[in-house]
Order: sequence, then structure tokens, then C-alpha cells
Amino acid sequence: MNTPIAVDARNIGKIYATGKDAVTALGDVSISIEKGEFFTLLGPSGCGKTTLLRCIAGFETPTSGSIHLSGRDITYIPPNQRPVNTVFQSYALFPHLSVAQNVGFGLKMLGKPAGDVAKAVARVLALVKLEDFADRLPQQLSGGQQQRVALARALAPEPEVLLLDEPLSALDLKLRKEMQSELKRLQTETGITFVFVTHDQEEALTMSNRIGVMSQGELLQVGTPHDIYEHPVNRFVADFIGETNFLEGVVEGHQVRIGTGDALDVVLDGQVGAVTLAIRPEQVSLTTAGAGIAAQIAETTYLGTDTHYDLKLGDGSHIIARVQSKSAGTFNVGDTVSIAIDAKAVQVLKS
Amino acid sequence: MKGNGAQRSKGANGWLLSAPALVLLVFAASGPLLIVAVYSVLEKGDYSGVRWILSGDGWFRVLFERDIFDQTVSFADANLSIFWRSVKLSIATTLITFAFGLPTAWFIATRPAKSRAFWLFLITIPFWTNLLIRTFAIMEVIRNEGILNTALINAGLISEPIQILYTDTAVLIGMAYVYLPLMVLPLYAAIDRFDFRLIEAGYDLYASRLQVLRGVILPIIKPGIIAGSILVFIPSLGAYVTPRVLGGGKNMMIGNFIELQFGQGQNWPLGAALSTLLLLVVLVSLLVYTRVSSRDTPHE
Ligand SMILES: Nc1ncnc2c1ncn2[C@@H]1O[C@H](COP(=O)(O)OP(=O)(O)O)[C@@H](O)[C@H]1O
Ligand SMILES: [Mg+2]
Repeated sequence: MNTPIAVDARNIGKIYATGKDAVTALGDVSISIEKGEFFTLLGPSGCGKTTLLRCIAGFETPTSGSIHLSGRDITYIPPNQRPVNTVFQSYALFPHLSVAQNVGFGLKMLGKPAGDVAKAVARVLALVKLEDFADRLPQQLSGGQQQRVALARALAPEPEVLLLDEPLSALDLKLRKEMQSELKRLQTETGITFVFVTHDQEEALTMSNRIGVMSQGELLQVGTPHDIYEHPVNRFVADFIGETNFLEGVVEGHQVRIGTGDALDVVLDGQVGAVTLAIRPEQVSLTTAGAGIAAQIAETTYLGTDTHYDLKLGDGSHIIARVQSKSAGTFNVGDTVSIAIDAKAVQVLKS
Repeated sequence: MKGNGAQRSKGANGWLLSAPALVLLVFAASGPLLIVAVYSVLEKGDYSGVRWILSGDGWFRVLFERDIFDQTVSFADANLSIFWRSVKLSIATTLITFAFGLPTAWFIATRPAKSRAFWLFLITIPFWTNLLIRTFAIMEVIRNEGILNTALINAGLISEPIQILYTDTAVLIGMAYVYLPLMVLPLYAAIDRFDFRLIEAGYDLYASRLQVLRGVILPIIKPGIIAGSILVFIPSLGAYVTPRVLGGGKNMMIGNFIELQFGQGQNWPLGAALSTLLLLVVLVSLLVYTRVSSRDTPHE
């Protein structure tokens, strides 16, 4: 734990309005974002991601708690005095300024000499591959290009932390994929701490060093994409990140007995009584009858590289299996199969 | 295809339908102006009107005056100073209405959508009342025994009434009051279209409040500022009622001076020449103003 901390939010609470209109946007959120990290805040719409980001940027003052930037308390410092820049969801480019002037705006406001500003602008425009568009106005650019200008504008002053609020949500799928790797590249090249907000779990998994999963104003889990995917702390996280099968069961010794009467081998960590098992579809393997849990194929969906099987268990519950198409293709609707699940792949959650 | 062709031929001659309106417009708009321009180069009639003899006297008298006894020619300072005063007062009116109009328009544009109509309605109420009546109302406020002076004296702030009526200040107050809505409405339209998120973007990029105002807000609402300035400046320059009532007989503006030539002065060609000159001044300043202000910001 020697990595220096860039953003340290301590017990942040935010309540909008007062009286009967009061909305608790953030309950009690504490988070430490390391320097040079690509950190993603992930959660469904309305869970408070934007609010947390706006508290870090300085557009909102938390109702309780404090925010520290590189050790300095910035809770009440106005946004124009924080070495933090934002890439707005709507881009918010200045329509009356050229691309170069947009990108140079921050440095100019910081009082940098015109020569230095011009040099920095050229360098950052090259970084986002927009050298040839310096003299255009924002409205003369495509959505993807405007996105890059917004990025360049926020990067030019070399902030300690770059905040990105769902910056890719307005782009079409192909462009979004491109920008994802572009963002990742920019973050590595500049070494700037990125705090990225998204409601797209796939985006979060592919881009982040660490992810913070939020729900209803609370931070549920912080961890690497691998941690979060493989070891979700609760049902909400498991459900939100990727597809998951949930099976109810009761702990019996080193096993969990599920509704069908079968007992599954699991890795227990002190849990007792009623539990929920979370199993990723790709961890469910199928064999032609035999040992294991018996199931009947209710539906198959061919997805290119993978095939989805909707399996009906003995007690009427359903479980989804995702199998590589190459190795499969042998099962049809109505077939009776046997399910095997690796003990290490089963997450035991409190019910 | 056939129907399409029929439609097109109808469209090609469609303008004929608006011919009566066009004719009316051309005569109503340019007819009187033409008469004024023609009168400015005719000879002055004995008491009023014109004699149909070509003469440059009208235009000559705009700038010079001839002594009635020895016929020596001298510069007409009085005319020029009236012109200059009018321009100064009109610019001042424009600036005052802008200074009051911007916060007003901003206030309205940032109200919840429901209550904006109400505020806009308040702004337009003065248009319902006759200009002369509104001007007399102002007079009632600022005259020596008026509301303002009485209140100040009763409050013990002053012992003698302040002479406001019949000064330039009175004319400015009157014109600013009368023309304020003409500034507020275009400003409101511009601010209404303004994306307020740009203000946050400005703060985020280290701009101070003043820098956000000057570097982001004002340049973006500039079309509204230009429209409002034109709408206020032009009628101010030709104002007649307000300077007449609030400025008294001495503090004339061009409008009053022109009226004087057609009335007491009995010099129609001079009045016509002054009118034509006013028109030219307005046109030229409009051209220059729009040129200069639309010479855009990119590349400072
Ligand atoms: N300015 C505001 N006034 C009142 N409520 C707000 C305001 N901004 C956000 N909220 C509420 O706070 C909650 C969190 O919003 P937000 O932070 O925008 O969530 P997210 O970005 O995760 O979608 C929502 O319930 C939202 O309606
Ligand atoms: Mg949001």
C-alpha cells in the first residue's frame, strides 16, 4: 500500500434539496483512488456516479465528508482552483472557439504565455490525432472528433486527475470500441489518474485498473475487474457485472444442497445456513448424462463463438450455460444432459 | 410526374399572387423616402413647403449658415452639436439598456420554464400603453415636486429638490425606460439558447467568473447583443417624444430639430436634408457595426 493516493474521498454524503423534496444521492461513500490509476465508477443510472464525480470536480459540495487531492483537503476549493479537469458527457465544447482555442483555453486561463500554450496545444492535438483540425469550429466535426477535442481540452492543462462522465455513451458501438482503446492508450501515455464513469459493465471490465461498483448512493465493492467478476461481494454486484445464475441453497458441511436435492461442492468461507450461489454461465459445463446435476435443454441460442443453453433443472428452476460453439453443437432442445460446476467457480453469497 | 410539373409551373408564377402586397410595400416604404430625398434638393418656399426649383441650399444649411445681413458664411456649430448630442445620448441609452437588460434577460432565462412567460409578459406590458403617457409618467416621477424628489426630501437625504427634468439625465432615463424591452427580448432569446453547461466547462478550465462572462457567455450571446443594440440605438437616434417632453425645448435631439424645420423654422428642404442625412448615418453605422462585431473571435 505504498502507492500514493490521488483522490481520497472520506465518508461523502450528498443530499440534494431539503425538506420533503430531499434526495439522498450519496449515502456514505469512501474511496481511495491511486495515482496513475484508471479507476471506473460503475453502477446503474441514478446511483450517484455523476454526483460523486461532480463533488471531486468541485461543482457540488458534499453535505458531509471530505475530499482530499494528493493529501490536500479540497472539499471547499472552487473548481477553477482544483488541478482536476472534466470530460463532460455532452462534451460542452465552446462553439465560438476553434479546436485549438478550445484545447488551449485552460492553459490560457492559467496565465501561460501564448507560445507555451501553442506548443502544448499542438502536442495534445497530436496525441488525439487531430492536428489537421486545429482551425475548425467544433460544429464542423463529427461526434467522435468532438469527443477527442473534449479529451484534448481536459488533458492539455495536465491535471492531476481527469474525470470522465460517461464520455462514450453518445458514440455508436464501433466508435465506442475504438475510443475505449484510445482512452486506455492516452491514460498509459500521460500517466494521469483517470476517474471514469460508466453504466456499461463491459466497458468497465475492459478498461479499468480498478472498479468501484455503486448502487443507490453506496459503494458496494472496489476491486480489480478480475476480483469483481470472479468474487462479487453480493447478489447485486454479481448480477450487474456480467450474466450470472443464482441458485438458492443451504450449507451442509462442505457442500451446499440446492433445490433439486443435489449437493454442490463449494469453497466455503465460514458461511452457514441459507445462501445464494452465483455461477457464471461460462463456468457451467455440460456432458451427456451421467454424474452431476441432471437438466433438460429448454432452449439454445447460437451467438457465434458461443452457444447459450437454457437448462431446466429437476425443481423447475433454470440455469444458463455458455459453451464455446466449437466444442458444442451436439445438444438439442429436449436433450437430457448433466451439469458440472467447478467448486472454485461457485460464489457463495449470503441470501 | 405530370402533377409535379403542374405544381412547378404554378410555383414559378406564384409570386404574382403577392404582387399587390409587393407594390404596396414598395410604394409605402420607399415612396415617402423618395419624396423626402427630392424635397432636400429643392428651394425653400416662402412660408413653408417647397418651390420646384433645384437648389443645394437645404444640404448647405446642414453644415453652414449664412449671415442674413452681410451674407458671410460660417460653420453651423449648433446643428452639429445637436447631431453629436443625439449620437452620444443614443449610445449612452444603448449602454444603459444593455447594463440593465443583461441581468434582466439572464434572470428571466434562468427561471423555471413555467414562470418565464409571466416575466416576459411583465416586460412587454409597457408596449400596451401610449408612449406619450409613459413619458409623462416618468416626468411625474422625476420633476421637482415629483415622487422621487419628495421621497428624498421626506427621507431627509436632500433639502432642495434635484433638478432632473429638462436635463440630459431626464432624456436618458426616459429613453432607457422606453427602449429597455427592445434590449431585453433579443438578449433573452440568445440566453435562452445558451448552453449553461459551458459555464461549468469554463470554471473547470480555471476561468474566473469574470473570464467566464467575457470569454464564454458574452461571445456566445453576441448575436442577441447586436440585435438588441441595433433595436435600441436606431429609434433612440430618431427619438422625438421623449426628448421633447423630458428634455424641454432646449435639449433638442435630431428628431426635434427636424420637426422644427417643418414647423416653426419653415425650412422644408433643410428638414428633408437632415432627415436624409439621419437615414444615411443610421445605415452607415449599422453597416460598420455589424461588420466590426461579426469580425469573429477565432484568431485574436
Ligand atoms: N441537482 C439535483 N437536484 C436534485 N436531485 C438530483 C440532482 N442531481 C442528481 N439528483 C438525483 O440524485 C441521484 C443520483 O444522480 P446522479 O449522480 O446523476 O446519478 P448517475 O450519474 O449515477 O446516473 C438521482 O436520484 C438524481 O435524481
Ligand atoms: Mg450520470
